[in-house]
Amino acid sequence: MTHPPTPSQTIGPFFAVGICWPDGPDVVGEDTPGARRIGGRVLDGAGDPVPDALIETWQADPQGRFAHPDDPRGPVSGGFRGFGRCPTDAQGRWAIRTLKPGRVPGPDGKPQAPHLTVTIFMRGLLKQLQTRMYFPDDTANADDAVLKLVPAERRATLVAKKRGDGVLEWNVVLQGKNETVFFDF
Amino acid sequence: MSDTLKGRQPGSRLRLPGYRPEEPGTHPPLDHPDYRSTRLRHPSQPLVPLPHRLTEVTGPLLGEGRVGETDHDLTAQHPGEPLGERIIVTGRVLDGDGRPIPGTLVEVWQANAGGRYRHDGDRHPAPLDPNFSGAGRCLTDAEGHFRFVTVKPGAYPWKNHPNAWRPAHIHFSLFGRAFTQRLITQMYFPGDPLFPFDPILGSVPEAARERLVSRLDMDLTTPEWALGYRWDIVLRGRRATPVEDEEDDA
Repeated sequence: MTHPPTPSQTIGPFFAVGICWPDGPDVVGEDTPGARRIGGRVLDGAGDPVPDALIETWQADPQGRFAHPDDPRGPVSGGFRGFGRCPTDAQGRWAIRTLKPGRVPGPDGKPQAPHLTVTIFMRGLLKQLQTRMYFPDDTANADDAVLKLVPAERRATLVAKKRGDGVLEWNVVLQGKNETVFFDF
Repeated sequence: MSDTLKGRQPGSRLRLPGYRPEEPGTHPPLDHPDYRSTRLRHPSQPLVPLPHRLTEVTGPLLGEGRVGETDHDLTAQHPGEPLGERIIVTGRVLDGDGRPIPGTLVEVWQANAGGRYRHDGDRHPAPLDPNFSGAGRCLTDAEGHFRFVTVKPGAYPWKNHPNAWRPAHIHFSLFGRAFTQRLITQMYFPGDPLFPFDPILGSVPEAARERLVSRLDMDLTTPEWALGYRWDIVLRGRRATPVEDEEDDA
């Protein structure tokens, strides 16, 4: 017998009282070799910053494995959490500290390009948005089966840019010009 | 071929759990004009369908070390008890086939009995309660049960339209077993007269709205102490058979 699923509702404006963790943005600790900062802004359809969004990220470890029993290739080493959670600030900014994931098997028989899966919640959003962030200058991007599902002219919205200070910058544009690609899954 | 894939036999397949597509008529549309804030915050381009593979069928299994012994009791986080109507809220987290989801993190947050959140952005001129923070968490047990003790939140005004009031609700955040099951939603209380005026509950397809409303349970209600409300949460169902990832067939 199937049970009808529970509908989604907005996270609302006051989630910070409940689900922000002090270590949420720290997928890995500060001293972790190879740790890098990834962040950006969330912008609405008028180009204004969204100061009350929550960004969540999920990813494989540097060997391309997930800290999860349904990854049939076995456990990850070193207790990699794989999950990041960061609210946006008054300027719509968020940032996490993590490691670049390895390649994971993809739907077309080839390993996927390294990516983070990213979930966005906010007031005014009745169900979370789902997207992906890819890494700049990774040659695997050109052959990634999921990027190929996206119209060529919109693929750049899923790829971060490297800033001078080494931080990877990736903005989420909810609507309009340069709208980020969101996935239905 | 990356290191990840070394050591696997050519032609071998990853067997992954599959998750059924979301059933139509379940979730609210992203563009819901009655809820004004959706206007500039919904995508204008169609969503791109994404096949589920490892990234989508896995997800964070959190909670161990994040849940304190009294985190489920929102009335026990301060020296005194909060004001308001003490309630017990319990239920099960299930998948679409009615199977319990054990050991999953459930996070809740809510307004106090006066309808005020402990948040700088809440300008409602109702009193804060020094004995109420309004946040709780727990892990489901082996049968998928969660249980919270709290006070019934008050209704509160918001600026969506003139004289707009939210019906009393508790926010719930669920992870399930995979990122495809991630759900944030709100639990309401039975018979709330504000239901017909609320564009957030009203955004849900009509036939599915009742799934967000808890029921008063006199068996759960504890004499001389607290009313009990019961509410089950159903996350997306899994497919009957695993999906075979044809990774090495290329």
